[in-house]
Amino acid sequence: MFGYYLDLALRSLKRTPILTGLMVLAIGLGIGASMTMLTVLHVMTDDPLPGRSSHLYVPHLNPLPLKGNFFANGYDPSDHLTWPDAMALLNAQSARRQSAMAAGHLLVRPSAVGMRSFYVDGRYTTADFFTMFGVPFERGSSWSAADDAAGAHVVVLADSLARKLFGGTDAVGKMVRMGENDLRVIGVTTNWQPSPLFYADSRTKRYSDRDLFFLPLSTAVDLNLGTDGNVDSWGKMPNGDMRSATTTWLQFWVQLDTPTQVAAYRQFLIDYSAQQKSLGRFQRPATNARLYSLMGWLVHENLVPGDVRLQMWLALGFLLVCMVNVMALLLAKFLRRSGEISVRRALGARRRDIFVQFGIESAVIGVAGGVLGVLIAELGLWSVRHRPDDYAHIARMDASMLLTTLALAVFASMIAGLLPAWRACRVAPALQLKTL
Amino acid sequence: MQIRPILSTLRHHKLTAILLTLQVAFTCAIVCNVVFMVAQRVQRISVPTGIAENELSAIHSRGIEKGENVQARHVADLAALRAIPGVRSAVAVSYSLPLNQSESSSGMCPSKQALDRAIQRNSIDGSGCVQPALYDGTPGLIATLGLHLAAGRDFLPDEYVSKGKPAVAIITRALAQKLYPGRSALGQSMYDGDNFFRVVGIVDTLLRPALSKPGVDGDSMIWPQRPDGSSVTYVLRSAPQDRQRVLKAAEAALLQASSNRIIDPKQMQTYTQIRNAYFQRDTTMIGLLIASVLGLLFVTALGIAGLANFWVQQRTRSIGIRRAIGATRGDILRYFQTENLLIVTVGIVLGVLLAVLMNLLLMTHYELPRLPLWYLPIGAAVLWALGQLSVLSPALRAAQVPPVVATRSV
Repeated sequence: MFGYYLDLALRSLKRTPILTGLMVLAIGLGIGASMTMLTVLHVMTDDPLPGRSSHLYVPHLNPLPLKGNFFANGYDPSDHLTWPDAMALLNAQSARRQSAMAAGHLLVRPSAVGMRSFYVDGRYTTADFFTMFGVPFERGSSWSAADDAAGAHVVVLADSLARKLFGGTDAVGKMVRMGENDLRVIGVTTNWQPSPLFYADSRTKRYSDRDLFFLPLSTAVDLNLGTDGNVDSWGKMPNGDMRSATTTWLQFWVQLDTPTQVAAYRQFLIDYSAQQKSLGRFQRPATNARLYSLMGWLVHENLVPGDVRLQMWLALGFLLVCMVNVMALLLAKFLRRSGEISVRRALGARRRDIFVQFGIESAVIGVAGGVLGVLIAELGLWSVRHRPDDYAHIARMDASMLLTTLALAVFASMIAGLLPAWRACRVAPALQLKTL
Repeated sequence: MQIRPILSTLRHHKLTAILLTLQVAFTCAIVCNVVFMVAQRVQRISVPTGIAENELSAIHSRGIEKGENVQARHVADLAALRAIPGVRSAVAVSYSLPLNQSESSSGMCPSKQALDRAIQRNSIDGSGCVQPALYDGTPGLIATLGLHLAAGRDFLPDEYVSKGKPAVAIITRALAQKLYPGRSALGQSMYDGDNFFRVVGIVDTLLRPALSKPGVDGDSMIWPQRPDGSSVTYVLRSAPQDRQRVLKAAEAALLQASSNRIIDPKQMQTYTQIRNAYFQRDTTMIGLLIASVLGLLFVTALGIAGLANFWVQQRTRSIGIRRAIGATRGDILRYFQTENLLIVTVGIVLGVLLAVLMNLLLMTHYELPRLPLWYLPIGAAVLWALGQLSVLSPALRAAQVPPVVATRSV
């Protein structure tokens, strides 16, 4: 029966080409606009480290005093840790792995003649960073916990920076001058760029920036290299001393493999806060200490700009109007065939058969509209990629979004066809046959 | 024109008519709100900065030589820049320019008592103190930026300092009115907790480097402090058409004066580029919003025209009968126009209510003010016009149906 209904649907659609075209266009425009924005939202909220992300957590302590206006810069200063807190969590070793980190921005002075100095972005961090996030190495390796403790003058370079500085030769063992210091290259990572750069703070363009070097946090603090990330102080700022207990600037990540470990770590944070409170350092309740999962942290950090959300709602509103439009047109079209319906009913077709017949006709429109919608969405994404926003370059449709587009188009047109088909199958045959 | 026969026909197509009404209602609601958002953004991006925007360009330089005498460097650089043909004047600033997002601000109080109030409340709000954006620069800043001095004077050469805080300041009219309401700000002393700053001049407008709320965006002050870091931004004034050439020449001149520096091509911009970059998201959004309004109106017009076309075909016979028993072409034309008017009007009434509801919903999620009521009649008029335009061609076709159709069988 399906083949027959499909044939009927195609014949009927061919009979009214303009009306059919209008319906396909309406579904195509609505689906195209919606899928453009849903795809942008999908790539922006994608998992940056599939496979590892479910074990990664961010501890959140609140060392802020009770009084004061701390939200002037649009973010919460307690999203970052102070040096004493980060070191306490690091040394406690309560998680399977833990690492503190901050953004760096350093001048590289190449030794090669004729090459100008340039600035690069990178990360000051601790040994566990590489194993915890699974950073792949091309050559050499990362530094050890002993290097962290000693403040060793070593650096890990990203593949592109190593290539730029040393050409094709092996960079490991070479010296590189960063800022005013000579650092020994001990490892070269492959092209590693999680999107978004989940561990960076809100000053980073998290969809386009990447780290080109990594060096021990203790070394950076010893050499007073300064951070490129958010720095917030309260009380008297002790002249840029990054070890201050009233300055937040460090990001901290831990790896916890089992729910028991997660619960234990949460308790550890509360106990730590309680201890700090009894020492008089923290003023807020110890139960304010929190542990965010990676995806939960990205939600907390509110990565998707309000404008993108607004655009998505606008596109969905547009789709709704398009669907009402198609619904009205389908209804008019189906009811016009009351005579045909009545004849089929009189010849023995059940209501269900009529319903299925028109359902298939709506689905055909949906498939055509879906194909048009994919084209329009590709066009929309192409225009998004030409925006100068930092998420622009990742706005691409993958296979799953392509299938979603087609499915959504068929679903939308079937929903739109539901009411008209139901109305059509309730036509009273006797009344119509009389007028024929 | 009798409404009754139209109503009785519509009763036969109840469901279709309701759907069309709903479509008009949704379109009306969305269009009113989106056009309002467009107006908001247009207002935002057309805010005046108070400076001679189309004559300015900026180039950023960062010295990388250790132990360099930065003051001497800046003086030498400025001399080299002023020698470029076409450059009318040049000054150095630390980093702040209107709308370039590099802001430093500081709490300023009209008096020591106000500061005590702020400390007591642990908040600047309601204390009389304000948090203006700070602008610094070398002598000639006011003239180079093209600021209009409304009262008082420019800084005197001996008022400029390189280290520490200066003793005088020039503030915007907006800041003056906030700090010293009802009296002249000239000669008053502002207090930041450590130092007093005497107001020697008032400029009309100088926008902040980063906008937040309309009420505070004009709160700026300039003080006579020379930039004192290896990182510095040079501001050049030239004829508008010379700016690209002047920027290229400036890069060459700076590198010739000292090659021990980094000039980032991304921070080598005409002021127009700086402004456009600041509002880039808004301009994209305006384009998208307008496109979605046009798309919506287009789809709705197609829907109305498509359905009217369909109804005309369906009713060809009854039109013929009406014509045969004496209806004129005008009667048939007006019949379809009135039918459309009825449907659209009901849709608009619903749509206006929906528009207000949607606006209330948006207000809770986005920083959007209340929808001014005069948008509603305009939105209604647009949809009425759209409805009449889209129904015109099918209605004209209906009017062409000859009476003889009545005598033919189906």
